[in-house]
Amino acid sequence: MDDQLPMLLGRDLDAAFERLVREHQARVFSIALRLTGNASDAEEVAQDVFMRAYRALGEYPPERIRELRLRPWLATIAVNLGRNRFRRHRPATTDLDDIARSRAGDLAAGDRDTPHHEVARRESTAHWQRLISALPDRYRVPLVLRYVDDLTFTEMSEVLGQPLGTLKAQVYRGLRLLRAAHDSTERKELSA
Amino acid sequence: MTRVSSGPAYLNEGGLAQIEAALRDLRVAAPVTLLPDTLVAAGLADQYTSLHTLVGPVFVAWNGRGVSALTLAEDPAVFETRFRAEFARPISRGRAIPDQLGRAIQSRLAGDRLVKVPVDWRGRTSFEQAVWKKALEIPAGEVRPYSWIAREIGHPKAVRAVGTALARNPIPLVIPCHRVVRADGHIGEYGLGGPTNKRAILAAEGVDIGSLEQMAQSGMRYLGSDTTRIFCLPTCRHARRITLRHRVSFPSEMGAQAAGYRACKVCRPAVAA
Repeated sequence: MDDQLPMLLGRDLDAAFERLVREHQARVFSIALRLTGNASDAEEVAQDVFMRAYRALGEYPPERIRELRLRPWLATIAVNLGRNRFRRHRPATTDLDDIARSRAGDLAAGDRDTPHHEVARRESTAHWQRLISALPDRYRVPLVLRYVDDLTFTEMSEVLGQPLGTLKAQVYRGLRLLRAAHDSTERKELSA
Repeated sequence: MTRVSSGPAYLNEGGLAQIEAALRDLRVAAPVTLLPDTLVAAGLADQYTSLHTLVGPVFVAWNGRGVSALTLAEDPAVFETRFRAEFARPISRGRAIPDQLGRAIQSRLAGDRLVKVPVDWRGRTSFEQAVWKKALEIPAGEVRPYSWIAREIGHPKAVRAVGTALARNPIPLVIPCHRVVRADGHIGEYGLGGPTNKRAILAAEGVDIGSLEQMAQSGMRYLGSDTTRIFCLPTCRHARRITLRHRVSFPSEMGAQAAGYRACKVCRPAVAA
């Protein structure tokens, strides 16, 4: 996917920029969505990511663009902007104990006519989103990059500027924290 | 410190693979608006809408750099075809003009020349930009001859080129090229629907076109005051304050200067001494 694109961007930015957005929009939007927890914030962040990329590419010499590793580069911009947006508009629900109580509320009136599996999928997404949003940055960001964006640890190290070992430990601890939070909500639901 | 391997072994520990799968499920498709909106923001595509103006509905196109075109609204398909041919960019009907830009354009159409309206100047020569920016300095209710623009931008002999640049104005009304008229009293051409529309817009802005034409036909170009001994272009706000008994007409700058009058420093009918 990235093989030819940096070369094309270096040759004619305006002609190749649409392809850059087309190829990376889903992953940039997914990172933004999972870091901000809000779709409209995420769309603004994703557009901002591409605009910053466009302006930066406009100033880079062609040889620098040709050498760019677009996946980690765009992820770096997305993480910085998504993290800032999250700090400014932190979702109200960050207390893991609140999750069990609020899960029932996910099934809004509009979902009544939606097929059951779709409702269940939405509920599951909202549940995991809340769990991720409640994690501290140091676990949340590596988890999003590793699993939502499917970056390698090497690419994550490039994005976050941290050693591989630290990142692996953060991912592992983040997963265990999520597991514990998930189990806790399950127990509460069962006992409710 | 806990040492962690990168292989799948640690993920299976304590059922973490299930968490991993749940996180992977959090990938989503981008909203359909993200690509077109980003291209518009980067100025690689445009959107347009219609606005109501004094001369009827017009189409206004814009992108992230500013307003890119304004033309009479005949038919959206015709407008889109012409736009693509001229600008070589995709264009689509926008949901709505961005609030701030919409307000700025409406203020400009209402005669506020000082409100900032971002304009996409790409592809325009520095000469054209200088002409259009100078036209923006003409207040509503006043007009200036083509030669005035030419002199003001430092190309006194390029009067015909000024006319060409004004004819190529991509955003009439926003850049008030209708406030530039011929020195011989003729109203001049107008890209947004011809001289009839130009006359209607100037009249709505308070220009007394009849008097202007009458004066030019009698060979007079400037008005002076025998009390201040300053001469102005006829629509200058200072010229309009001169009472009839103190009003003096001049056929040329030299005539006025020979009579001991100096040029107004506001409308600058000649290089002020």
